[in-house]
Amino acid sequence: MQNERFELNKNLAQMLKGGVIMDVTTPEQAKIAEEAGACAVMALERIPADIRAAGGVSRMSDPKMIKGIQEAVSIPVMAKCRIGHFAEAQILQAIEIDYIDESEVLSPADDKYHIDKTKFDVPFVCGAKDLGEALRRINEGAAMIRTKGEPGTGDVVQAVRHMRLMQAEIRRLVSMSEDELYDAAKQLQVPYDLVLDVHEKGKLPVVNFAAGGVATPADASLMMQLGAEGVFVGSGIFKSGNPRKRAAAIVKAVTNYTDAKMIAELSEDLGEAMVGINESEIEKISYLMAERGK
Amino acid sequence: MNIGVLALQGAFIEHRQRLSMLGIQSFEIRQLSDLSRQMDGLIIPGGESTVMAKLLHELSLFDPIRDKILDGMPVYGTCAGLILLAKQVSNHENRGLATMDITVRRNAYGRQLGSFYTVEQFADIGPVPMSFIRAPLIESAGEGVEILARVKGQMVAARQDNQLVTAFHPELSMDLSIHRYFADMIKASGK
Repeated sequence: MQNERFELNKNLAQMLKGGVIMDVTTPEQAKIAEEAGACAVMALERIPADIRAAGGVSRMSDPKMIKGIQEAVSIPVMAKCRIGHFAEAQILQAIEIDYIDESEVLSPADDKYHIDKTKFDVPFVCGAKDLGEALRRINEGAAMIRTKGEPGTGDVVQAVRHMRLMQAEIRRLVSMSEDELYDAAKQLQVPYDLVLDVHEKGKLPVVNFAAGGVATPADASLMMQLGAEGVFVGSGIFKSGNPRKRAAAIVKAVTNYTDAKMIAELSEDLGEAMVGINESEIEKISYLMAERGK
Repeated sequence: MNIGVLALQGAFIEHRQRLSMLGIQSFEIRQLSDLSRQMDGLIIPGGESTVMAKLLHELSLFDPIRDKILDGMPVYGTCAGLILLAKQVSNHENRGLATMDITVRRNAYGRQLGSFYTVEQFADIGPVPMSFIRAPLIESAGEGVEILARVKGQMVAARQDNQLVTAFHPELSMDLSIHRYFADMIKASGK
């Protein structure tokens, strides 16, 4: 039964592929996202750029606000809980969220353990910046993976770094002989079976999206060409000059990600992109959200 | 035989893999120029119907694809594909192709917690594994529509002439019988 549930949860992520999941903070934004062609929305009180600006402790959103968004749209609704905060996850499951993001964007609640996601019926998506993190999260029950990137910056450099690293490590596993996989499993700190699965299939056992810093149609195309199966766009849309137009452009760019001519047209007159924070401007390395939860 | 798979969003790769296991060629449809290829049948995959409907319109695919279906080209819609082919959607605005005489309800089993797996009888084929992912169901069907499967008494698969729909996802299982059924429809259509 548990296994069947995991399959169904993996399957929902398969249905999201080739799509764009957008951060929204109000029912109105959720409607704009749905109309623009989002395949799901992430309901949260503050988008990552504002979380970054505000500092302090960032927690799961008010369930009432999440319910408002659930009522506003017909597409799947996701919400974030803090890393390791299984009580927040239980609350999100109680309001029948479609996907829980155990997210480094919020303040971690546990600096050692992630949530045992196998105990839940609702699916989880988790961030990862390398193959080891991805497989450890999957071993804990995550049914979908996304790159961590660096949320709230509008700087795609970390998402690129994480996606490239994951793909390179996958290629390395594929090229190994089976006896070498035992040592790889030890290095990656994951069970042998998971490593063998990647070795045989040449991809993660679950769907893998890009996230963190995607702000333009070109960014989305870049991540898709690097092997992402879809993209999360957080602050990039509702921190820009014309959210409706930008959102729709990114959706189309993901579908036709290799058609540079179409993406050129989509990139015209989008108004101001989010201002963004350059990676090197983030003063304290401890404030790199990607360093949370390994 | 060459089958077009609508690849705007969703689980289109899974359909192509199943067709390939049957030795059938397929190609992806992402924009208008893709329709210039020879196409003996079309699969509309699972995903989000709102996204696919919007992109069908904006990428100028809507009318040409609808014309081909009305002209008799075999088409198979799974889940979101079923919604796009339905003439009526009872609980949502309908921007789909609306070519099949059925009324469907979106997200009929609720949110992801309502998603389920079962094995049920499918027409003459026999028991078939069925994964329902935030699935729709068929509330009512017109006279020319043959019901091919029911789950808990409700209609989940149907056919009207050249159009086949299932609320579940055979592309997620290793059972190839529904894809084979669709391939047989194409052969019989002689196109």
